[in-house]
Amino acid sequence: MEIVLVGLNHRTASVEVRERVSFTVEQARRAAEQLRSRGILEETLVLSTCNRSEVYGVPPENAQESATALSVFLSSFHAIHPDELHGSLYHHYDRDAVRHLFRVAAGLDSMMLGEAEILGQVREAYRVAQEFGATGPVLNRLFQGALELGKRVRAETELGARPMSVASAGVKLAERIFGKLQQCTALVLGAGTISEQVVSQLRDRKIGQLYVANRSRERATDLGERFGAKAVTWEEWGRALTTSDIVVSCVSAAQVVLRREDVERVMAARGNRALFLIDLGVPRNIEPSAANLYNVYLYNVDDLTEIVEQNRRARESEIPRAEEIVNEHIGKFLSWQASVELGSVLNALRSRLREERSAFLQARLAQMNHMSAEDRQRIEVLMEELLEKLLLEPAEHLRGERHLRRKIQNVEALRDLFLPQREKP
Amino acid sequence: MTTILTVLTVLCYAASWGFYLRLLYGARPVTGRVATVLLALGITFHYLALLERSRWVHSVPYQDLHGAMSLFAWLLALTYLGLELFHRQRSVGAFLLPFVLILLLAATLAHPAGPPGPPPARGSVFALHVTLSILAYAAFALSFVLSFMFLAEERLLRSHKLGTIVWRFPALELLERMSRSSVLVGLVAIVVGMCLGFVSIDRLTGRVWRYDPKYLVTLLVVFLYAAYLYLGRTTNWRGARASKLCIFNFSIVLLSVSVVNLFLSRWHRFF
Repeated sequence: MEIVLVGLNHRTASVEVRERVSFTVEQARRAAEQLRSRGILEETLVLSTCNRSEVYGVPPENAQESATALSVFLSSFHAIHPDELHGSLYHHYDRDAVRHLFRVAAGLDSMMLGEAEILGQVREAYRVAQEFGATGPVLNRLFQGALELGKRVRAETELGARPMSVASAGVKLAERIFGKLQQCTALVLGAGTISEQVVSQLRDRKIGQLYVANRSRERATDLGERFGAKAVTWEEWGRALTTSDIVVSCVSAAQVVLRREDVERVMAARGNRALFLIDLGVPRNIEPSAANLYNVYLYNVDDLTEIVEQNRRARESEIPRAEEIVNEHIGKFLSWQASVELGSVLNALRSRLREERSAFLQARLAQMNHMSAEDRQRIEVLMEELLEKLLLEPAEHLRGERHLRRKIQNVEALRDLFLPQREKP
Repeated sequence: MTTILTVLTVLCYAASWGFYLRLLYGARPVTGRVATVLLALGITFHYLALLERSRWVHSVPYQDLHGAMSLFAWLLALTYLGLELFHRQRSVGAFLLPFVLILLLAATLAHPAGPPGPPPARGSVFALHVTLSILAYAAFALSFVLSFMFLAEERLLRSHKLGTIVWRFPALELLERMSRSSVLVGLVAIVVGMCLGFVSIDRLTGRVWRYDPKYLVTLLVVFLYAAYLYLGRTTNWRGARASKLCIFNFSIVLLSVSVVNLFLSRWHRFF
């Protein structure tokens, strides 16, 4: 039993190549079918996200041959010349493949360290492959382990705990002030890329009411329609300001958009309930002295960038803990793999010794004409008993070995010494 | 008399505190559940220890300073557990349990040498009056801790110095809500306890009103906490100012249970 992985990701391939090698659900299903029917893989799982396309599989025979065939298959399936993929594709086998998947599920291999989305993508890829019947006992075990690991890493480390973009940092800070945002109202000034990110984050956090205002009404309406926000005209946003708990401003303006007096007036109107102002504009859109008002929290783009930087360092400091958990789960998987492997190696060894015994007895007994048929049969039985006795002790010793590394080494030694025809990657 | 139950109580509280601290530093959610279970276990042992002591002294456990402080610690832990389960928020435990432990250890140090004489018969109304009063002080102590946390987090958020801790604290809104819940419990307990106190003194002496500075200070405490509840919702006091008021109120409570009880009151000693 071996595991093979062929794929590419954001580190090895440009976005143009990644786009061409990505799989839709339907393509993943077809690929799995074809890989099985062509005898390249017995079990298949395609993991395709915007940053990676990877095919995990269990080869029928030789893993390296399967990996080579898989590379060729990827080229032909996506109609890309193999030279274009040269240098982009990576091949991993067994332990390395397991490690790779587990690091992916933990978010350690992501473009943004510790990102949460990848675990959902792994779960979805596994669900889809299961539906096709493309997975089997090995990949089922492998991916269940990866999902368990991903959850553990997120629960036990800070790897994915803190926001890593200015937009998400702003929204997370709002949660520090207001708790859950379902009861809150937010007003976003501007309809550019950053505003869109903020609106998206607020929607993800199920903000109660969301207003978008922009000088160009069309852009505000477009953004509002895409994210379920209410577009207000540039002249009217002052009215929405009074009811808003969170105000995000990201407007290109030479002068401040929100003056201290405006904020003072708003605070009086809202009975001094907390107001969170996020100023993402450069030059700044909100008068800095507004931060001195009671119950007003003001963060500008530099403050949020600093928070993101702190969070990045905090996430990086969690890598060793996450790697420890990854290693622990690799150990668990290999232990399971070794126990399965041990059974199959012992069975193969028993068959091999029986063949040797039959050949040996046939050759030797042919020269012993004086022996009766009864005696010959007795010798055969004795030889069988001897063979079982010889196998029993090492088998029990191997099964009882608690040290995983030694167990795997013993199984591999047994295979190398007695079953050299069974190749490994 | 330090019994095995007291030792078990301290161990459970200390272990629970350890788990709450671990939770604060990013451990698995199961760590929080273990902390809660240990706290519940500690509260149970603590209750049994109080019961044991009551039987030993043939009296209610607040007959002396040791009993009063121990009961206070128990009610503080119990109120917190109730609040934690109600608001589903565990990060306060790491800040509250040191108070419970200090109170319990102080109670142990204040332990009398031998069993006291038989207490004066004052009846169940009096017992309820004292228990509710101590419950109120425990709830006010909890709101003090929550308000203190609120101010610390608010200051960090305003100064943009978030560090690690802000991400682990409950949201300001939740801290405020928990503090208000706690004050509400305390206010109801102290008002009912006060009424029962008047009933009790009427039964014992035949007079409802006897001049005692404790009455005035207690009325002041009720007024200040009622003001906290009112102002915190309706005026410019909401947020940090309300939390500061809550902290000030607790200083009056401390004054009430220390200076007033020890030097001014004739009818109140340990509560």
